Amino acid sequence: MFKKIINIIFFFKKKPRNHYAILKRNIIIIMMLITILPLAAMIIINFFQYRSHLKSQIIAPLYAMAEKTRHSFELFWEQRLAIIRFISTAYSFEVLSNEQNIKKILISLKKEGEGFIDISLINNQGELVSYAGPYSLLGKNYSEQVSFQETQIKGQYISNVFLGYRKYPHIVIAVQHLADNGKNWILRATIDTNFFDNLISSMGLPRQTDAFLMSKDKILQTNSLYYGNTLEKCLLQLPKVNFRSNSIEGTDNENRDIIIISSAFSMADYILVIVQPQSVALKSWYALKTDMLIIFLMSITIIIFAILKMTTIMVKRIKTSDEQRENVLSELQHAQKLSSIGRLAAGVAHEINNPLAIINEKAGLMSDLIGFAKEFNKKSKFIDLTNSILNSVVRCRKITHRLLGFSKRIDIKIESINMNHIINEVLDFLKKDILYRKIDTNLILSDSLVSIQSDHGQIQQILVNLLTNAFAAVEDYGLIEIKTKNIKNRGIRVTISDNGCGIPNNVIKNIFDPFFSTKKDKGTGLGLSITYGIIKKLGGKISVDSKIGKGSIFTFELPEKPNDLEMINE
Amino acid sequence: MNNINILLIDDEKEFIETLGERLELRQYSSKIAENGETGINMVKEESFDIVILDLMMPGLNGLDTLKQIKAIDKNLPVILLTGHGSTKDGTKGMDMGAFDFLMKPLDINDLIKKIELALK
Repeated sequence: MFKKIINIIFFFKKKPRNHYAILKRNIIIIMMLITILPLAAMIIINFFQYRSHLKSQIIAPLYAMAEKTRHSFELFWEQRLAIIRFISTAYSFEVLSNEQNIKKILISLKKEGEGFIDISLINNQGELVSYAGPYSLLGKNYSEQVSFQETQIKGQYISNVFLGYRKYPHIVIAVQHLADNGKNWILRATIDTNFFDNLISSMGLPRQTDAFLMSKDKILQTNSLYYGNTLEKCLLQLPKVNFRSNSIEGTDNENRDIIIISSAFSMADYILVIVQPQSVALKSWYALKTDMLIIFLMSITIIIFAILKMTTIMVKRIKTSDEQRENVLSELQHAQKLSSIGRLAAGVAHEINNPLAIINEKAGLMSDLIGFAKEFNKKSKFIDLTNSILNSVVRCRKITHRLLGFSKRIDIKIESINMNHIINEVLDFLKKDILYRKIDTNLILSDSLVSIQSDHGQIQQILVNLLTNAFAAVEDYGLIEIKTKNIKNRGIRVTISDNGCGIPNNVIKNIFDPFFSTKKDKGTGLGLSITYGIIKKLGGKISVDSKIGKGSIFTFELPEKPNDLEMINE
Repeated sequence: MNNINILLIDDEKEFIETLGERLELRQYSSKIAENGETGINMVKEESFDIVILDLMMPGLNGLDTLKQIKAIDKNLPVILLTGHGSTKDGTKGMDMGAFDFLMKPLDINDLIKKIELALK
């Protein structure tokens, strides 16, 4: 299954034109997926883990601060309640009913504890019995008020903030006293709220952090930096209220992301609220987030770059090796084509050769008979005709002999040979032609040319074929250059160049094919294909390069030793 | 010309008869054998000045025929004919004692030259 998928991904064979583009695309996609996905997953997991970890680290001190501040408030209230409770115990109802006495008590209270504004005594009917303070409240009945009812039930009471007659925020604390005679009465004091602000400002809040008190029905009890003044309604959504500190994340009316920490009081209807913008709380987190993002983006960039580069190189290599393979394949096919054409040609040539021999003899006999006969009508015409037949037979014979030679599996005789010697030998054969046509031969033969193991006769044949072609290509006084050279991978290279007419492009691709000739009836079209066949047999290769009007260069290479002797003698 | 007796051995009757006729026109007397065995028997029975032998024949082939002729008369010159276009069998035959070889189709003048050369 896996293999199948791999095959589908990597070996699209249906559209060879896009093959490499598709291959490249698929490799890139797969590489991207397997590198970027885990990286992204890691980054995301890290992101959330680190965030929650950091948050708990940041919130912990805020919790501690909330607890401490709440405790300070409670201590403060407890002290005030204790003072009032002490007074109610220390003095009897009768003593406190006396206005002089209660005024004296208020004076000493103001001396000792801060914030006391007035003090009043209320009987169990809710009637104000005596009062010391700036207002004239005598005779007022409190029986319908929440503060009276709450005190009657709980024994003590701390009110929310309200504006008194002086339009100054203050709170009321009250304590119930149960006398020995069973009667109960209430001692009530008013305290201004300066100490609230003092306590909050002594919390040492970080920048942009807000802390305030509010009632359970969300009325602000102290001034807030951002969320209103005392006695205004606060619109923030609070965490679940209980007697522990709790936190919640939310947004305020200005759409800032904030963390809210709340802590409720047990002894009064108050909630302490601390609000910190997330931008402050998670400042280090945001910095880290940016760092992580930068690292992530940088890694992605590097990865993408590396993948693209690598894939390009890889696909290019695959392409090159494919092309090489195709070249080898097409060469092999060409060789096979040549060999099968050769066999076919040899068969045909052999079959034709015998009748040709008969035609030759019959026509020869005719010619003989006519020649020996006395003069008769149109004798010379007959002689011409028979000679023409005999000449045609000679032409055919040339073809059949070359065809037979082309395909013959001649035993190759491998011996140590010196290419430079053979070149000189062959030029010696062709000396007449060179002199007659005044062709200039320029030999650049390497002195250090290695001897190779090859077949002397076959190499002669190669050189004769190539040089005959070169002679045909050049004009009289033309130039033919022969170069020999050692090559790197053990062997020699022979280059034969001429400054002749050159070979047209449409001819060059068929130049080694059998029966391909541009010389019309002068050539058999076998010379170069025989040359090609011999060079292949000897384990070498031949190539041609040509420019019309400038000349042609034939280059062949032969190995130091034929690779596969068995193949050659097959 | 003088009386030279030539034996022609080849399975291709049309070829060998015509060749014989052409040689007769040139004052050579010739006899024909259409296969190796007949040729060998004729060599045994009659004296020839020279044998012209085709290498490719059905039955007893040219080289074997050559061997047996040479066994009968070592000094009888033999000129081989080959239709292969290759010199391989020809040179092999020369190693076995043949005087020379010629490729088919023949040039009659070449053949005459070789015959004269062989008889010298």
